[in-house]
Amino acid sequence: MSVLKIEGLRASVGDREILQGVDLEVQSGETHAVMGPNGSGKSTLAHVLMGRPGYEVLGGSVTIDAVELLGLPVDERARAGLFLTFQYPIEVPGVPVVDALREALIAAGRSTADLIEHMAGEAGRLGFAPDLLLRPMNVDLSGGEKKRNETLQLALLHPRFAVLDELDSGLDVDALRQVAHRVEAARQESDPPLGVIAITHYRRLLDELPPDVVHVMSGGRIVRSGGPELATELEETGYAGYRPALDSEPTPLPGEGDSFLGKFSL
Amino acid sequence: MPDLPREAHALIDRIGERAGLVITLDGAVHDADLGEEGERAGVRLSRVGAHPDGEALLGAVQGLFSEADSSDALDDLATAFSADAIALTIPRGVELSRPVVIVNLLAMNNTDDSKGPALFPRTIVHLAENSSATVIELLVSGPGAALVCPAAELSVGDGGRLSYSVVQQLGGRTWQLGHSWARAGRASTVRCFTASLGGEYARTRLDSLLDGPGGSAELLAAYLGDEHQVHDFRTLQEHAAPKTTSDLVFKGAVGGTARSVYSGMIRMRHGARGGNAFQTNRNLVLSDGAHADSVPNLDIQENDVRCSHASAVGPIDAEQRFYLESRGIPRAAATRLILLGFFQELLARAEPAVQDHVVASIRGRLEAMSDEAAS
Repeated sequence: MSVLKIEGLRASVGDREILQGVDLEVQSGETHAVMGPNGSGKSTLAHVLMGRPGYEVLGGSVTIDAVELLGLPVDERARAGLFLTFQYPIEVPGVPVVDALREALIAAGRSTADLIEHMAGEAGRLGFAPDLLLRPMNVDLSGGEKKRNETLQLALLHPRFAVLDELDSGLDVDALRQVAHRVEAARQESDPPLGVIAITHYRRLLDELPPDVVHVMSGGRIVRSGGPELATELEETGYAGYRPALDSEPTPLPGEGDSFLGKFSL
Repeated sequence: MPDLPREAHALIDRIGERAGLVITLDGAVHDADLGEEGERAGVRLSRVGAHPDGEALLGAVQGLFSEADSSDALDDLATAFSADAIALTIPRGVELSRPVVIVNLLAMNNTDDSKGPALFPRTIVHLAENSSATVIELLVSGPGAALVCPAAELSVGDGGRLSYSVVQQLGGRTWQLGHSWARAGRASTVRCFTASLGGEYARTRLDSLLDGPGGSAELLAAYLGDEHQVHDFRTLQEHAAPKTTSDLVFKGAVGGTARSVYSGMIRMRHGARGGNAFQTNRNLVLSDGAHADSVPNLDIQENDVRCSHASAVGPIDAEQRFYLESRGIPRAAATRLILLGFFQELLARAEPAVQDHVVASIRGRLEAMSDEAAS
């Protein structure tokens, strides 16, 4: 069993501090939903966990078991067990899915012997036309095909934890069900079972992928956590009770402003 | 037969069955072996001096180009010093089903990297009406210094189809100053593919002329430079007849302190009504010390023509690399995948054996480059 532990994670883009101290702990086999208004920092959390260029980590810690991920190159985070399904999967011209997966498996020290068969099997489970696997990565794929492709890679790479960044966006009902079922199968059947952070705006993903815990993110922090019933409540009430994130100033720490002014006031 | 280097064996093995094999040594034809298929059909493959059409073949295509384009001082040098030329002629209506392979071995035994010979290999290919042929040429040289000035004159008669590929894998101390002329007549097609991989300084001039209605030219090149290599391309797409089409795609990558230059001209002459010309040059710059220049030019003297050019110079896309790395692929391997992907669409248009050979060669070079970067 593994544990993904995020503690006091702070990160900025440019001059703006977007994550202002995120704490979240996920055990193998658990599903945590992260919901919240636009601009609350949900996608930033996903990017910062994976190490996307353009984000600066200001503080905190992210570990899988005892391994600190912050400061590791992106590929080593992946090999430590983290997987991100992209909200907008990137097109990589001329690079077939199969070639990328082969390199990934080689780097992980795993066999590539039955890769083609495994891919064909997963494509079948996900309703993904097998010939798309030979086409360049995400090039000319529909929104639904791209999300199926993300899920297929997740299934083949066996991560310990997956961050689903709006896996449900751009999917019709059938596609949503297929990708969610595949993630749910990994959560139940993998060894160790997959731990999931599902970032989403909508409850319909969570109907297919029942969460153990629902978190509400606002202003770059997790401001409320609860059981599955919290998702239902949010759908009814919206985020009216939560302050918008990026339009407001970060709350200064108690006493911080005073001491600063005390030292330098004229 | 002289000892062939590893690259030559690899390419010949990939090609498999062939219509003929030519070996040139230091610019002179050493051996020209035409298979039975060609013999029966009246194909000729020999030194130009031993060819029935003889010296008349020399300069015949070059002379079709306007004075300003057809030659420069280097061409005059090549003409003056060229010891020999290989001539391939295909009679009317003959379609060679397998490729003719020309292996040019140049200064193979020179190890002196400050002093070497100047060598002038020359290839002449003439296709008569409604014939077709595939020619694959390899240029290799030794580790020492050499100046190599390869020339090729290609002529495709009405309704003919020629695929001509050059794989340049010259040694790291060789300078190349190459010039090819290609003309295609009415409703004919010429495809010129160049892989420029080796050499210290490698200049390639490629001039094409479409002088019959409905003719088309496909001009393709892939180049990869590292250390202090320079790849330098000059191209001409000249349209001199109605409804002709030329499509040029040159793609390259430079790392280390390597440089690439692409300068190309599309010229639509009077009488080229309904002509289409495309010119695309894309460059990936892999290191801070590397540099790529891209200069497209248009000279349009006729109405009712369509010309387009696109050029790009930039680094590896950081988002693409992040995406692959997020799958657990180390940076060097991710870069290699993206680079091979960058060349893939272009290489898919080359002869299959040439495509396999160039992919393997580029892959090997990239692995060596990333090993160096890592060490």
